[in-house]
Parts: sequence; structure tokens; C-alpha cells
Amino acid sequence: MTHELKEQHTMNAGQDDLLVVSDLKKHFRLNRKTVLKAVDGISFSIKKGETLGLVGESGCGKSTVGRTLTRIYEPTDGEVHFDGLKLKGRLDGKTKKRINRDVQMIFQDPYSSLNPRMTVSEIISEGLVIHNPDMSPKDREKRVHELLQLVGLNKNHAGRYPHEFSGGQRQRIGIARALAVEPKFIVADEPIAALDVSIQAQIVNLLKALQEERGLTYLFIAHDLSMVKYISDRIAVMYLGKIVELAESEELYEKPLHPYTQALLSAIPLPDPEKERTREQVILSGDVPSPTDIPSGCRFRTRCPFAMDSCAAIDPEFREVEPGHSVACHLYDPEIMAKEGKELKTV
Amino acid sequence: MTTIQPNDGDFKNLRSQDRPAEPSVDLFVPKPLDATVREELAAPAPTFWKEARERLFKNKGAVVSLVLLIILGAMSLIGPSMNEFTYREQHIPHSNLPPKVAGLEWLGFDGKDVNGVDQYAQRGVETNYWFGTDEFGRDLWTRVWKGTQISLFIALVAAFLDLVIGVIYGGISAYYGGRIDNVMQRIIEILTGIPNLIVIILFILILEPGIRSIILAMIITGWVGMARVVRGQMLQLKGQEFVLASRTLGASDSRLMRKHLLPNVMGPIIVTVMFTIPTAIFFEAFLSFIGLGLQAPLASLGVLIEDGYDAIRSFPYKLLIPAVVISLVMICFNLLADGLRDALDPKMRK
Repeated sequence: MTHELKEQHTMNAGQDDLLVVSDLKKHFRLNRKTVLKAVDGISFSIKKGETLGLVGESGCGKSTVGRTLTRIYEPTDGEVHFDGLKLKGRLDGKTKKRINRDVQMIFQDPYSSLNPRMTVSEIISEGLVIHNPDMSPKDREKRVHELLQLVGLNKNHAGRYPHEFSGGQRQRIGIARALAVEPKFIVADEPIAALDVSIQAQIVNLLKALQEERGLTYLFIAHDLSMVKYISDRIAVMYLGKIVELAESEELYEKPLHPYTQALLSAIPLPDPEKERTREQVILSGDVPSPTDIPSGCRFRTRCPFAMDSCAAIDPEFREVEPGHSVACHLYDPEIMAKEGKELKTV
Repeated sequence: MTTIQPNDGDFKNLRSQDRPAEPSVDLFVPKPLDATVREELAAPAPTFWKEARERLFKNKGAVVSLVLLIILGAMSLIGPSMNEFTYREQHIPHSNLPPKVAGLEWLGFDGKDVNGVDQYAQRGVETNYWFGTDEFGRDLWTRVWKGTQISLFIALVAAFLDLVIGVIYGGISAYYGGRIDNVMQRIIEILTGIPNLIVIILFILILEPGIRSIILAMIITGWVGMARVVRGQMLQLKGQEFVLASRTLGASDSRLMRKHLLPNVMGPIIVTVMFTIPTAIFFEAFLSFIGLGLQAPLASLGVLIEDGYDAIRSFPYKLLIPAVVISLVMICFNLLADGLRDALDPKMRK
């Protein structure tokens, strides 16, 4: 991302933005020579009470974004503004403690996200024990019961062990654990991917209801596009460590601009068999390149049906082509298209 | 190409006639669910340890071993004081008496030596030595149980120290990972690269032979196995989402270790300890047997076997009795460890 754009991004960061991420990077050093660039400079902002969906295929760095925001991973570079705090580099104890309270995470696998040796009550109250050590055990128990009821479980479940619950119930316990410390921002890392379809809707509805009730802000990571559309206000599409397109949900589904988004959306089957038979599908060739060896210029060019010479040379800027709709593609850049001598794609 | 494609019209006709009416909203009415009733019916939640205990008690071999071990352990404590002799008291006139127990003559405890001569009658000995006496006239009953006590003590202390060192070393190695892990693992590899028998023998040659040096010699290489088990398990657990969740909540390193990691590696740790104990007993016996073990007049099972081995032709009971006891202890520990492994392995959970 260019410097200019960074400025623009910070300028756009209004009063109601809870989280502003600029040029966040997370690289993993695998050995002396190879560096895995899981997240390679992404910027976005999330308003208070909003849900931002983050989609992309496996291995594109979605989960790494979530884990970096919750500080499970230390970011390699970049700045995060969260609720008036500027998070950069290593955090001091006080800030870290606040982030540990205000930013929580809901995990993908309900079977590995709960400690099998702890009771539900112990699991949910862990955050209370850490952040309110002075709370009396009685108050803590009361709070656990409240939380259980809030997520649609029974207070009698408190003394039980995780293996006695179904996947959906376990996911509810995970949500209750995240809510125990009253966070402002929740990263939901594919919270429904491991669940039965009927349960998926329950969990998503629960998340929506909780958002309305408590004014929560979500980063909803998923690869199920229809579910993401249902819960998200805006959606960001990631490819190989970068955001390629970001728009309002409806807008993104109706008018996908980036060729990758178009391909992703065309993979959703239509419920009407006749339309399904006749519709045009964008089928990408090849596999996602390795994040240790990212192609030059535009990282999507190796699979892009519209790839041009400039794509290999210049990394496309992430530009706002329409109010609220940004895309990182040369097809929408008048300068590059003029140089290529091709017609500018109209929005 | 002729494929049979139904016309649109066919379906439409079918729809209007044969298909049942669309289910109306009130066709299925949810039965009101009283959650409290359901909860009352459910059985109380079995904890992990309770379940493991139940599984262990279903394993006959393990239960028998456990009972035998308790008996042997109790005997090692009370056995030496069950008669008037001490393990070091010599009484030369009563040397080399075969075992004799009143009422158990038919089992071989008849006081007759290999030639069928009743030594007690011949030498006019009034007291019965239950397991016989050695060449200095020391009571073997007392010495066997005293020896069991010392062997068990050495094994338990060695296993406990292995446990402490192994868990700390393996835990640190796995938890901090990266370069620390790398260095720590290389140290382990160097340690395992040296044949441990040589290390132990050198160690005992340098130190004064005795209980302390035997224990030290055994733990100097013994903890490696435990450290590896703990490291492997922890590496697997470290990436689990419940650990990440706890870190997101800001749990300290010590809390993560205590509450999340250690309780989940407890099973393999216990099993490894249970397998370490018989190995330690064996090693102690081996060291005593080659003459590097305890020094007279102290007795351990290994020392007794070594003494008995010298006189195997004339006085087989001197070898037989401690050999039976050490075999029982080792078999029982192994069977119990096997049972525990099955009971604690979460993959066995149905």
C-alpha cells in the first residue's frame, strides 16, 4: 500500500471507528531463507457495532489476521488503532491487559477450543478469574449462570464437562467464555465451519442477537459466502495475504469487481437447477501460489483470466473506485489501462 | 443423443395432483420443553478421573497387580518387625538354615536342606526361620522385606525425581519452543548418545556406593524419557484452541501450564512414571548384582539375589525367595502401568 493511501485511510478513520488497521503484516520465518508472508500489508477499519466479514480460501491468511488482532501473534509490522489506543510493536502490560479484555475470539473447532479437564463453569469464569481476581466465588458463579442463559444454555450445565455437549452447545460455551469479560470487539474465526448446517443458523442468529443487545463489533472470518453475506455489513475478500476487495455486503454480491471475487461468487451454486445449468461460471486455473513465494506485481495474476503485462510489473493499489467500494486491480486504474492501451473497466 | 428429459408440463401436472399439500406452519408444533426435568433425569457428570478409575477397575490384571503391590508394599514396611530379628544381626551358629514354617511343611518350608536333612533337628535350633538364614545366620525373612523396602524406596525416589526434572525440562522446552527448544533437545540427544550403563557405572565409581549415589546415577540419565514424553504431549497441546483462548484472555504462563497444559498431560506422565519404577528396581538389582550396589550389611533385593546366586547349589532358597519377590514387584508394576495407560488414554473413551 502506498504512503498516500495510508494517509487517506487514517483520515477516513472517523470517530465511530472502533478498529483501524493500517498496513498490518505478519510474516513467519520458516528457516534462514524462507519467510512465509501470511498477512502482507492489509488495511481496513471497522465501525462500532458493525460486522466485517473476511473471506478467502484456506491459507490466505484470514485466521492470521484474527490472531494478530487478538495478539496471539505479534504483528511483524503495521499499526492498529483500537478504541483510542495505538497498538504498535510490543505492548506494555497495561495495554496488553486491556486488549485481553476488550478483544476476544471465538474459535473454529468447538471440540478443541474447550479444555477437556475443566468444567463449563471453570472455562467460562477463566476470564473473570484473570481480570477480576477480587470477585467472590459466589458472584462469579452468578455471572456464569447469567452468561449460560444469555447464550441459550441451562445454568445446570455449569458443573459439566465439555465432552457432554454437542458441537453447537460447545460453540455456545465458547461464546459465553468470550463474553464473560465484556469485550467490545470479537474476532469470530470461522465459528460455524465445524457445525451442522441447522446449527450454523442458530449460532449466527445468536451472534446477531448478542450484537444488537450489547453493541458488539465483529470481525467474522469465514469461507462460507452465503453465511457471511447474512451476518456481515461489509465484506473484505482476501487473497494470499492481501485484501483484494472491500465493499458493502449487497454491493459486493451484486457487483463484484475483482476477478477473484467474481470467481469466488460464481462458485456459489444457485438453488434453481435451470439457472444453475445455464449460468456462466468463472473457473480459475491452477492453485494458490505458496505464501513463501509470492508472484511479482499483482499476486493474483498467475490465475487471473484478464492478466496483462503491467500485472506482473506493478502491484495494484487498493483504491476506492466507488464510495465504500475498494478494489486492488489494474482493470479499474485509468493510468495503467491507458498504458496498456485497453479500455478501462467501468464500475 | 437421446436423453429422456421430462417436459416442464409433466412436472406441473404432477405437482397439482399427486404431491401432498405443502406442510403448513402449524403442522409441527414444538412440545414445550421443561429444561429442569431433563436435567434431573441426566446422570451426574462423570469426571475424567472417575471414568479412568472405573476403566482401571474393569481391568482384572491391573486390579490384581494393584492388590499384590499394596500387599508387598505393606509387607516391606511391617515385615522386618514381624519377628525378633534385625536385618544386620549375625548369629553364626544358626547360619545357612533352610526355611521352616510351622504348618507349611508340605510347601517345602520344612527346614530340610538339599540332602533332605532336617537342619533344625540336627543342630537343635528351637526358633523357626521363615525364609531361612544366610551364611552369617541373619534372618532372611527380615532381610527380604527390608530389601524390598530399600528397592522400592530407591525406585520411587528415582521415579519421582525423574518426574520432576522431566516435566520441568520437557515443559520448558515445549512451551517456549524455538531456539530454547532446539538447544534443550540437543542436550538430551547428547545425553542419550552416551550409553547410560557407562554413565551410571562411572558415577558410582566416583561416588561412595550407597543409596544416594545409586539414585543419583539413575536419575542422571533417567529423566530423558519423561522429558521427551512431556515435550511431545505439550507441543501437541500448545496449538490447541483452548490454549489460544486462554492466551487471548491474558492468562499468565504459569496459569497456562497449571490449568491447561499439565492436567492434559497427566495421563501419559503417570503411565511413564509407572513404567520407570520397575526399570529403576531392575537397575538397582543389576548394579547390586555386579557389585556396585549397596554395601553390607544393607540389603536390597539385588544384594540378596547376588548373595543367593553364590550358593545356588547348596542353598537354592537364598536365591529363590528374593527372585520371586522382585519378579512379582516388576510384573505387577508393569501390568498396573499397562492398565493405567489403557484407562487414561482418551482415545479409548467410548
